[in-house]
Amino acid sequence: MGNNKQRIKKLCLLALLTAASMILSYVESVLPPVFAAVPGIKVGLPNIIVIFILYRMGVSSAATVSFIRIFLTSLLFGNPISLIYSVAGALLSLVVMILLKKADFLSVIGVSVAGGVFHNLGQILTAMLLLGTTAIGYYMIVLAVTGTLAGIFVGLCGAFLIKRC
Amino acid sequence: MQKEKYIGRKITNDIVFIAVLLFFVFLIGMLFLTFGKAGNTVKVTVGQTVFGEYPLEQDRIVEIRTEHSLNLLVIESGRAFIREASCPDGICCDHHPIFRDGESIICLPNQVVVTVIAKAENEIDIVA
Repeated sequence: MGNNKQRIKKLCLLALLTAASMILSYVESVLPPVFAAVPGIKVGLPNIIVIFILYRMGVSSAATVSFIRIFLTSLLFGNPISLIYSVAGALLSLVVMILLKKADFLSVIGVSVAGGVFHNLGQILTAMLLLGTTAIGYYMIVLAVTGTLAGIFVGLCGAFLIKRC
Repeated sequence: MQKEKYIGRKITNDIVFIAVLLFFVFLIGMLFLTFGKAGNTVKVTVGQTVFGEYPLEQDRIVEIRTEHSLNLLVIESGRAFIREASCPDGICCDHHPIFRDGESIICLPNQVVVTVIAKAENEIDIVA
């Protein structure tokens, strides 16, 4: 049936995109630290893929790929603790991106920036919860700035993909 | 075509949004930073339990040792830093020495948090 063929096509495409986002995750892990004073700063390259899927294939596909990517990546390269942080960040980031896209007053770049900043925020909040200290709160300033810059870059890449692919 | 609208006019909205976002984060971050007295004690927690508290003014070396991790905390010249750690990335070791109330060095893999707090005079005692 035509429907079956389309579903298989979509499945393969999502699988490929998941693999691609895992590669991006690995690539950004070997890049030199962006801002040495604050550890754990990431550029958020896998978000390029997530945002592409969000704008071209819908909410559920984006969420699925995002979480599967996180699960597999932490299985391969991380540990249970990093899994918790990644999930927390991705969850908050996704929810915000989905809502903002629905509200439809930001461009892809704006949504991407929000996604990046809230990803960091989710991780900081998790750290505060797990470690029982609010002392790390002021890191958010730096994380917000770098998250914005990274989000702009990621958004530009994502927009390019959305338009051309 | 529909695809053209993905960036377009909305960039001005983006800029406003980002500016507002950064402003709020800056505001909240500054609140964290300014509402603090000078720190005088280093508090170490491993996971959810307090490992120990040590005055900043006395030089000492603390081995934060658990069954599967080790972090070497050094308190020297009124500042605290981690010299060695068993964690795979060693980010905690690269951190600059801390001394202000609220500053902290965190070793996520080992769940170690070294933070500077301000204790009232009569509360300070040495936990070995």
